[in-house]
Amino acid sequence: MTTTDAESTPAVPKIGEEILSVTSLVKHFPIRKGVLQRQVGAVQAVDGLTFNVTRGETLSLVGESGCGKTTTGRLLTRLLEPTSGEIVFEGRDISHLREGQMRPLRRDVQMIFQDPYGSLNPRHTVGKIVGAPFKLQHVKTEHGVKKAVQELLELVGLSPEHYNRYPHEFSGGQRQRIGIARTLALRPKLIVADEPVSALDVSIQAQVVNLLEDLQEEFDLTYVMIAHDLSVVRHVSDRVAVMYLGKIVELADRVDLYEKPMHPYTVALLSAVPVPDTKRKAKQERIRLQGDVPSPINPPPACRFHTRCWKAQDICKAVEPPLVELAPGHQTACHFPENQGTETPAAAVDQAKS
Amino acid sequence: MTEPIEEVQDSVQRVARGEAFLDVRDLKVHFPTDDGVVKSVDGISFKLERGKTLGIVGESGSGKSVTSLSIMGLHPPGVARISGEIFLDGQDLVQASREEVRLLRGKRMAMIFQDPLSAMHPFYTVGHQIIEAYRVHNKVSKQVAKKHAIEMLDRVGIPQPDRRVDSYPHQFSGGMRQRAMIAMALSCDPDLLIADEPTTALDVTVQAQILDLIRDLQREFNSAVIIITHDLGVVAELADDIQVMYAGRAAEYGTAEEIFDEPQHPYTWGLLGSMPRIDRERSERLIPIKGTPPSLINVPTGCAFNPRCNYAHLNGGASETDRPELLDTGNGHMVACHLSPQNRQQAWETDIKPKL
Amino acid sequence: MLAYLIRRLIGAVVLLFIVTAVTFSIFFLVPRVGGATADDLASRYVGRSVGKEQIHQTAERLGFTDPLYVQYGRFVKGLVVGTDYNYGPSTEHCPPPCFGYSFLTQTPVWPDLVARIPVTASLAGGAAFIWLVTGVGTGVISALRRGSVLDRSLMSVALAGVSLPIFFTGLLSLSIFSYGLGWTAQGGTNPLDETNPIWWAYDLILPWTTLAFLYAAAYARLTRAGMLETMNEDYVRTARAKGLTERDVVLRHGLRSALTPILTIFGLDLGLLMGGAILTETTFSLPGIGQYAVIALRANDLPKVLGVTLVAAFFIVLANLIVDLLYAVVDPRVRIS
Repeated sequence: MTTTDAESTPAVPKIGEEILSVTSLVKHFPIRKGVLQRQVGAVQAVDGLTFNVTRGETLSLVGESGCGKTTTGRLLTRLLEPTSGEIVFEGRDISHLREGQMRPLRRDVQMIFQDPYGSLNPRHTVGKIVGAPFKLQHVKTEHGVKKAVQELLELVGLSPEHYNRYPHEFSGGQRQRIGIARTLALRPKLIVADEPVSALDVSIQAQVVNLLEDLQEEFDLTYVMIAHDLSVVRHVSDRVAVMYLGKIVELADRVDLYEKPMHPYTVALLSAVPVPDTKRKAKQERIRLQGDVPSPINPPPACRFHTRCWKAQDICKAVEPPLVELAPGHQTACHFPENQGTETPAAAVDQAKS
Repeated sequence: MTEPIEEVQDSVQRVARGEAFLDVRDLKVHFPTDDGVVKSVDGISFKLERGKTLGIVGESGSGKSVTSLSIMGLHPPGVARISGEIFLDGQDLVQASREEVRLLRGKRMAMIFQDPLSAMHPFYTVGHQIIEAYRVHNKVSKQVAKKHAIEMLDRVGIPQPDRRVDSYPHQFSGGMRQRAMIAMALSCDPDLLIADEPTTALDVTVQAQILDLIRDLQREFNSAVIIITHDLGVVAELADDIQVMYAGRAAEYGTAEEIFDEPQHPYTWGLLGSMPRIDRERSERLIPIKGTPPSLINVPTGCAFNPRCNYAHLNGGASETDRPELLDTGNGHMVACHLSPQNRQQAWETDIKPKL
Repeated sequence: MLAYLIRRLIGAVVLLFIVTAVTFSIFFLVPRVGGATADDLASRYVGRSVGKEQIHQTAERLGFTDPLYVQYGRFVKGLVVGTDYNYGPSTEHCPPPCFGYSFLTQTPVWPDLVARIPVTASLAGGAAFIWLVTGVGTGVISALRRGSVLDRSLMSVALAGVSLPIFFTGLLSLSIFSYGLGWTAQGGTNPLDETNPIWWAYDLILPWTTLAFLYAAAYARLTRAGMLETMNEDYVRTARAKGLTERDVVLRHGLRSALTPILTIFGLDLGLLMGGAILTETTFSLPGIGQYAVIALRANDLPKVLGVTLVAAFFIVLANLIVDLLYAVVDPRVRIS
């Protein structure tokens, strides 16, 4: 495992140690049809993911709708059971643990959800919501649950007096803070955050992003971040995995991925991000992918991106490109990768346009 | 499209009066509720000509969507109290009867919405919905309208439009649905198109396609476009002018270049500082705006932004007591802020610009 | 779609089969469990003065001494191909569908039911038409004028409609419109044929309105709630943004969606009523299925009660099936998936 660049990595003592490792992870949702409800196909939501997560880092899964990033998050936290493949957390295979066996693990692996409105029970007070994990896991707290909850509220930037209030009394950003406080209650080691800021206003987004970063530093947290906003992902991640139709097409260090993207899909994705700069409008240097993401029910054969790729050749329709390390720490699944050798991103873009 | 002589004369008179094609003056939209009056829009003005695009930027509750709905006359009667003037090609929409405004809706002004799945009726085919929009304002047979619908679908880039015209919205992908919505909005060749968060629900590669499409269609139809969004990147793609809204009022108004290159209002600075930029060096930390947006029932006195502003203390207490007017700083770049030009210049040069 | 239809049909048949088994058990197994012997059951069908021997012979002849599954088999066989009942000196043939044979009145049940279904159907159909039009209409008006005096008065009337029992509103309206003013019939019915549709309606107008009042009230509240929800949908805003007239917005876009759940309830209500509107039929002396059921229950005439139960169950299952299929017609999203 390569370590991340020095610029952003907080000084975590145990860095480099593997906390989570995923091998050939597959999740298919069967589709049944006909009088006898026979299985006629499957939504290939996640189709063979291999990656690992190092303690203290932030790995982001990015991609468009249908790429399987949310399903992956639910598999990692074992809210779903994988169809096949292996998830190893701290040396223990958790792929097929039953609910009871999962219980101790739920302390170590927590999830933050996108919707700060839907994920908090409106009938419970903040104190009850944030204190629930203690009760569920039968954790003894030194000065009682209330004190522990109030400490957590302070930690995420809320006032301890909010203990007896209800979720509807809070704004979106504050609700997301409540969700984060609940997540932190049992001092997890790994947090899977599914679009933690995408429902929030821009000014609030920055507050929550900064909070997540501070907490990571303070508690040596490891994040698996699931997001579609490439700007936010660039800001928070150490490494980034780009997903397309259930597969990882590129996995690299943040700097490499954003400066020298190799997979054409990553290149297109980055070029599609609108930036608040009017000068770029004039340049029109865009790569425009045609059409929408195909359905994960019958994904295109071989390279799944070939239907929208401007570089696709016959081989792309016949042979699936494996995810291989083309540069140190930079894995790409493409027959005709960009930015190899002397090519600069700009040159690649020009080439793509012509 | 040739306009009837009457309309042309209207336009001539309008220009003689110095009115813009769309001219909004001191628009206020208040909603009386049990808890108090919600001042969603509290005095905004802007002008927009044909062929130009205005971006309205703001966070949730800033009043940007309420503004667009009141231009379209879509607030239910009796619920909203609307005052001020909205001139569309010389006709005041606030004073016009509901029936007059209805006849303009869809014909001279049209709107596309954020979530194309919920904005289309699930029980009717895409074609049916476009045909319906066309036939409200054009007395033509269903066959003619259907032919027109197919042409429109083709124009917005839907493949096999003669087949897809009979599909239901749920059979379309998100991007296709938004294309169909655009086809529907443009079916009567409107002079004004309002796009309310048109790409927020879409994937980034599809968003880019839709933004391109809106830009191309605007050139082709020479319509005036208002794009409402929270995403500064999206307005940078499309807008000629930008209005930044905060708590129901305009904080800053200027050309896109002015807003992005020399923003004047601390709130605009805050927005630019809070968003991570993919096109710049990665900053170590984002600079969020402190606090949360205000309640529209109890808007802070003075400058509504003062509790969240880092520079409010420089104004000798004016920020807390006097509401700043939107004033021209020169060249039409307007800002509603008490900061003196010197202080503003200094804050921008030393605190803000280096960190963006 | 075809596969869906077949699956639903198979489901309906299985369901009806289960219903016959359960009803049969209630009427014939439960008394056994309760301690009644075959002779006890048979004793009701013989004169009071006969001896035990004779009762036992009757029990054997009627098949009560056979094991229950044999009796059930005979019953199902009767439904499908008909059966013979050995009654006293003669043997009665009961042609399919044989819903049983009443030993009390010495008649097969099915012809009785067939004679009464039109009455119940007339009552239910007419009432359904009235309540659908008035209930949905009221609901739409109420929703559009939400919070107004009109809305509040309509909803108060609707609340009264839901709360007041049929025998109260029925007797009240009878005493006013029929006995008092003499405008309507005093009960009973004429069958509908081409010569007398006016008389048919004249006889039924009071039962219709009484029954419809109850349902219209519920439908008004349901429609109002549905309309309040759909009129806030984004697509209704889109319809307005297109410049459609308010009438088209409400009827073609708002109501169209609000009607879908009402359709479901309507089908089930109608199916339920076809099994007999007991209170209405009794109040207005209408010889329908419901009245038949009451008479049979009073006489403890089990085969008739069983027959009514099965007919009622059949209509409910049928209504369910039709509703599901209609759903697919109304909502294209159901059709595809």
